[in-house]
Amino acid sequence: MMNALREDLTQMNMVVRQLAVDTDLYTLPSTTIRTPDLEPQPVKIKARNVNVFYGEKQAIHDVSIDIPEKAVTAFIGPSGCGKSTFLRCFNRMNDTIEGSRVDGLIELDGRSIIDRSLDVVELRARVGMVFQKPNPFPKSIYENIAYGPRIHGLVRSKADLDEIVERSLRKAGLFDEVKDRLHDTATGLSGGQQQRLCIARAIAVSPEVILMDEPCSALDPIATARVEELIDELRENYTIIIVTHSMQQAARVSQRTAMFHLGNLVEEGPTEKIFTSPEVKRTQDYITGRFG
Amino acid sequence: MAQHIVSSFDEELRQLDQLLREMDELSGSMIRRATQALLEADVELAQKVVTDDREVDAKQRDLDDRAVTLIARRQPMAQDLRLVVGTIRMAADIERIGDLAKNIAKRVGAVGQTPISPELSASIQSMSDLVLKQVDAVIEHYVARRPEDLVELRDNDEKIDIFYTSIFRELLTYMMEDPRKITACTHLLFCAKNLERVGDHVTNIAENAYYILTGQQLPVGRPKQDELSRMESTKGS
Ligand SMILES: Nc1ncnc2c1ncn2[C@@H]1O[C@H](COP(=O)(O)OP(=O)(O)OP(=O)(O)O)[C@@H](O)[C@H]1O
Ligand SMILES: [Mg+2]
Repeated sequence: MMNALREDLTQMNMVVRQLAVDTDLYTLPSTTIRTPDLEPQPVKIKARNVNVFYGEKQAIHDVSIDIPEKAVTAFIGPSGCGKSTFLRCFNRMNDTIEGSRVDGLIELDGRSIIDRSLDVVELRARVGMVFQKPNPFPKSIYENIAYGPRIHGLVRSKADLDEIVERSLRKAGLFDEVKDRLHDTATGLSGGQQQRLCIARAIAVSPEVILMDEPCSALDPIATARVEELIDELRENYTIIIVTHSMQQAARVSQRTAMFHLGNLVEEGPTEKIFTSPEVKRTQDYITGRFG
Repeated sequence: MAQHIVSSFDEELRQLDQLLREMDELSGSMIRRATQALLEADVELAQKVVTDDREVDAKQRDLDDRAVTLIARRQPMAQDLRLVVGTIRMAADIERIGDLAKNIAKRVGAVGQTPISPELSASIQSMSDLVLKQVDAVIEHYVARRPEDLVELRDNDEKIDIFYTSIFRELLTYMMEDPRKITACTHLLFCAKNLERVGDHVTNIAENAYYILTGQQLPVGRPKQDELSRMESTKGS
């Protein structure tokens, strides 16, 4: 009896969720000002009415957005507005923070990822993350990259693994610089090289989505340009979300931009629109460096 | 518009506005004096207009330099970006207005003492007054951030074109009546044409100004009548 009821409820829940996700984003009641793309892209991630709490404190308020596939979406906004918090929802990194709670709907390819029963390890293989500070494991360059494919069971032989390591390093534009010292410790690399190593590590498990939280904040202009070039190439095959404090970087690398303020999504639209004629005063003030 | 957190940024933007205004005032006054010189056969005044053009050019170079430096230093975004790029373009149009005034001034000697009929003189004066009003108003509306007024102003360009067509016809009649007047009348015709082209530059400025202020393109205006269709309508009359 209880079981049947529970099943019904689950089913109803699913229907409700389905309905909610099928609502067109542009008719959804919301304070966010949105501008669609002229040619809308397929949606990789759908978020609807997402709220995130740290204990009593609410860090994200009712945020809904579509993240287009094989494109770069930039999250911008003043420090503390919730960009990292929202980004972490997409691979359930908030689970690791004590007292944090996420509600609302988040779907990857039409399947909910909020569900507690979801295999988080598998999710994180599909949704990789690159952090603000390069964080290589204190192991060799080779091992840093080999680790993911190995634990996800993506390789059968040493030769397979060698190939993945080389290919990932090449994609990250790092191979030529490190090919003679693959077995040296990764912490001996420069900051920019470490960051590219972390990107190589993220792509080694063939994710579909890559989340980048201020990936260039510790890099010089040349290393930054290399990472940006890499992002541009990765966009052919991956869906990328990047958090950045550099308006110029957001304008350079992304196709869509989302502006956050105090946990709210204020405005989102095509990047060229956001940086030439934003609709919302708050966005204008932020990107032009005015008092808001 | 709220202030920038970096206050020197506001100051640099203000300087661009200021230079644009000075350029506009100067080229406006060049048109006024060139017309006066033309109608009064005042060669000395004409010479002054010719030398003033250098000042407009110098101001434009200064404005360009400042704009480029500002882009390099501030990497402006959104309305600031529109302002800087739009100002460069508006300054280029104003510089052309100065050139056209100079061109009128240069013809003063060639037109010389050839008597101009009072009607023709009045037409040229009125056309010049209207053009001048447009030149002044476009930057006034821009600086006062009044995009709606720019729409109306742009539509006024039609009146300038009507003036031009009527002056054109009048001059044709004179030339046919008295072939000795052909040289002088041709110069006058070019002067009227120059005034008409000033109107076109004002239209460009209005469009740029509107884009800077609103982020939108100025709604499409009337289709521009070209020279040939004007000739046709002249032939018919
Ligand atoms: N682990 C946590 N525990 C409690 N509160 C947190 C935690 N992490 C973030 N917050 C709070 O949530 C809000 C959003 O923080 P978040 O780190 O998402 O902002 P952000 O936009 O990424 O800022 P920044 O640009 O500085 O990285 C802030 O008010 C922050 O203090
Ligand atoms: Mg953050």
